[in-house]
Amino acid sequence: MKTYLVKVTIENKPSARDPEGETILKDLLIKGGYKQVKAVRTAKLLKMWVEAENGKDAKEIVSKLCDELRIYNPVAHTCSINIEGE
Amino acid sequence: MFHKYRRGIEMRVAIIQFPGSNCDFDTLYVLNNVMKVKADLVWHKKDDLSDYDAVILPGGFSYGDRLRAGIIAAYSPVMKEVRMMAKDGRPILGICNGFQILVEAGLLPGALLRNSSLKFVCKWVNLSVVSNKAIFTRRLEKGHLLRMPIAHNEGRYFIEEDDLKELYKRNQIILKYVDESGKPNESSNPNGSIDGIAGICNDEGNVFGLMPHPERASEELLSPFNTNDGRIIFSSMIEYLKER
Repeated sequence: MKTYLVKVTIENKPSARDPEGETILKDLLIKGGYKQVKAVRTAKLLKMWVEAENGKDAKEIVSKLCDELRIYNPVAHTCSINIEGE
Repeated sequence: MFHKYRRGIEMRVAIIQFPGSNCDFDTLYVLNNVMKVKADLVWHKKDDLSDYDAVILPGGFSYGDRLRAGIIAAYSPVMKEVRMMAKDGRPILGICNGFQILVEAGLLPGALLRNSSLKFVCKWVNLSVVSNKAIFTRRLEKGHLLRMPIAHNEGRYFIEEDDLKELYKRNQIILKYVDESGKPNESSNPNGSIDGIAGICNDEGNVFGLMPHPERASEELLSPFNTNDGRIIFSSMIEYLKER
């Protein structure tokens, strides 16, 4: 068994406004002179260290728990799962 | 197990306490001393609510709002029983954090996101009754105005457009934030909720969640407007139980 670092990113669906991202863009980046940045969306990142036979299994465990324990609210959020340390 | 109303027995309301609940005692006080009904504080680890006719999930910050307001409490042992009572048609009321818990438990549709101001908002608001489908608003006319305070950081009600239409079709939208004349507008919406929604119920009308605090608006002494509009939410539930 090996330990894998699995990263879970939870963000608002495009149809749900992200006022924090909007403020960062408008009041920090654009005012700070970075007009090249056109949009900012914030997200919540969860890092999970998971013991599994292989990376695929680790990702599957996390994917299952995210749905089962509502790590994200499917009404308002999208959730993406990425694995590191293969 | 229970699947029948407790007939001939004095009604009893359970007020669930989660770690971090902070409106539990206010709610208990209003039920016992203002509404004059029996109510108990029930710790969230209890897995039997067969002594109760209705459940209130009070406001607060269960589990410190970690991960997302209401999500961890939604998996408390008592919620299994609350789910069963909801299915049975018994009155279930979620106030503020209680509303968030009901949404996260899947007992009410939608999501409650961070206020669009990114700030905790604590103030009195005007609410318009959109539907009297909920047990808790059954005695109110559509368009009736209520004054209650809100106090939350994550109260922006969100639901996808198609599901919102479905809520309207089924009269599940119960309360909306409005101005003093009863009209919704941008400045009367304190948190950026879609269509200014402040409270919704399930399709059966027995599960109701709202962000405002009726328990803080049940006595004239506590209201800057000398009102007691919160009482109607509780008295509607009590009347309903008496009729059973």
